[in-house]
Amino acid sequence: MNYDVTIGLEVHVQLKTRSKMFCSCSTAFGAEPNTQVCPVCLGYPGALPVMNGEAIRYTVMAGLMLGCKISAYSKFDRKNYFYPDMPKNYQISQYDMPLCLGGSVDIDVGGQAKTIRLTRIHLEEDVGKNMHFARTSGVDFNRAGVPLMEIVSEPDLTSPEEAQAYLVALKQILLYAGVSECNLEQGNLRCDVNCSLRPRGTTPLGTKAEIKNMNTFKGVFHAAHAEIRRQTELLAAGEKIRQETLRYDPDLDITVPMRSKEYAHDYRYFPEPDLLPVVLAPETIQAWADQLPELPRQRRERFVREYGLPEYDAQVLVADKVVADYFEETARQAGNPKAASNWVMTEMLRQLAAQELEIGQAKITPRALGELIRMAESQTINSNTARQVFGILFAEGGEPAQIVKERGWGQVSDSGVLEAAVDQVLAANAKSAADYRAGKKPALQFLVGQVMKVTRGKANPAMVQAMLEQKLV
Amino acid sequence: MADSKTGGAADAIDVAYVARLARLQLSTEEIETFQRQLNSIVDYFKAIREVDVDTVQPMAHAVRVQNIFRADEVRPGLDRELALANAPVHLDDQFSVPKIVE
Repeated sequence: MNYDVTIGLEVHVQLKTRSKMFCSCSTAFGAEPNTQVCPVCLGYPGALPVMNGEAIRYTVMAGLMLGCKISAYSKFDRKNYFYPDMPKNYQISQYDMPLCLGGSVDIDVGGQAKTIRLTRIHLEEDVGKNMHFARTSGVDFNRAGVPLMEIVSEPDLTSPEEAQAYLVALKQILLYAGVSECNLEQGNLRCDVNCSLRPRGTTPLGTKAEIKNMNTFKGVFHAAHAEIRRQTELLAAGEKIRQETLRYDPDLDITVPMRSKEYAHDYRYFPEPDLLPVVLAPETIQAWADQLPELPRQRRERFVREYGLPEYDAQVLVADKVVADYFEETARQAGNPKAASNWVMTEMLRQLAAQELEIGQAKITPRALGELIRMAESQTINSNTARQVFGILFAEGGEPAQIVKERGWGQVSDSGVLEAAVDQVLAANAKSAADYRAGKKPALQFLVGQVMKVTRGKANPAMVQAMLEQKLV
Repeated sequence: MADSKTGGAADAIDVAYVARLARLQLSTEEIETFQRQLNSIVDYFKAIREVDVDTVQPMAHAVRVQNIFRADEVRPGLDRELALANAPVHLDDQFSVPKIVE
């Protein structure tokens, strides 16, 4: 039998606050174990949590970018469970009144556009990190209490490919919103994958299983494929799918049940008595909405409209917000968006790819590239020289004019200097001058070449030619 | 917040089940004692049902205060030695717990 696949994702996004959700401990990545802890995040009796206002704002900003309805009234709840990654034996989360409801993410898979609906976005605290030793386990609470926004999708995804496209699109929007660094290596984005199968063409969803804690997009893709295989085999053998929690084993490429989560589904949520409700006035929400950047799609459309760029170029430029910002600043500096787009899309992206760098790591500033473009457009330097100067700026930084001057690469357009060179050449090549006057047109190109030689290639060839023609009438 | 796994009527507390969730090992006598005690506490709270609350909004909190936020500023917490000093056992700068499974 054939089956239809249904996938829903719960994405946990670490917000880019400097301090934790309910205490002032640092959220910096990579610190020594248990060096960013305090009585609040260690769950000492009597220690009281206080909300980080910035985390609330970031979550609402993300919600606005994703088209969610922002709750005028929301509150926090305790999610009770017993596992040594939380010292309080509960995690502070939001149960029935999350900050954001609804919303959606547009994806495109194989040229097929689709809108994936969101259920909700709520705010919660991250848990500690467990390390497993031979006979015991260790706990590092540095991460406990770090603000996490959980974005829950409706079961609208129908393949691992769509799940991956959804994650890519979501990450792009979150980066545009500026609410998270979205650094996958540092675990800024983690994901639970809900997956179920049902006989093709039928309506009721099958029993779902949940793959926990995936931290790469490729991982989600492979885990979803593995889970679809597992469920297909079970159903084909006439067995039932159990609602259970799994983890993905990348070495064996299979999903396996997690024993620890057997009773984990009864969290006995109740309102967190240590925190007060969050009430957002329409003016507050509007003020945050006014600070929102464009969505990637809107920016692409604007690049086409405002700068006259081809659709493809606009798409390449907006894919990474930092690249798009760099392009816009370069275009402003150069006063020439088309030339700026050409330079960023060709020289810049080529060099970045070749050296496996992010645009932020390149030494060339948008101001320097803008100046370089102006020099090339005004023919102060020729195009070969411009590319050479770009290479130097990319690797070492600096000022284009300075580099050109130091290396004596400037194109000479000073008519006094050129006239002297032209006169010198004419005096030394009287025969060629006579040939040209007698109607032998190619002699002119020979004379231009001689002027270029005298000026060591720096003369503005168009000016030289015009000057020769004038003198040889 | 209705939950299918509470066992029994919605207003009863299944002590044996909750103890299992909380990883508590209780004897049969303890379960009976706590069940009796908790039932009587729940019965006591049932007096609230006599009050007409149709026109009252559910409250998340008993005080009429909202929006208490901190600025996003980092302040030093506890020194690690101090933090670990309260743990019965620690190993490699980490809180040590019985071996756990994923």
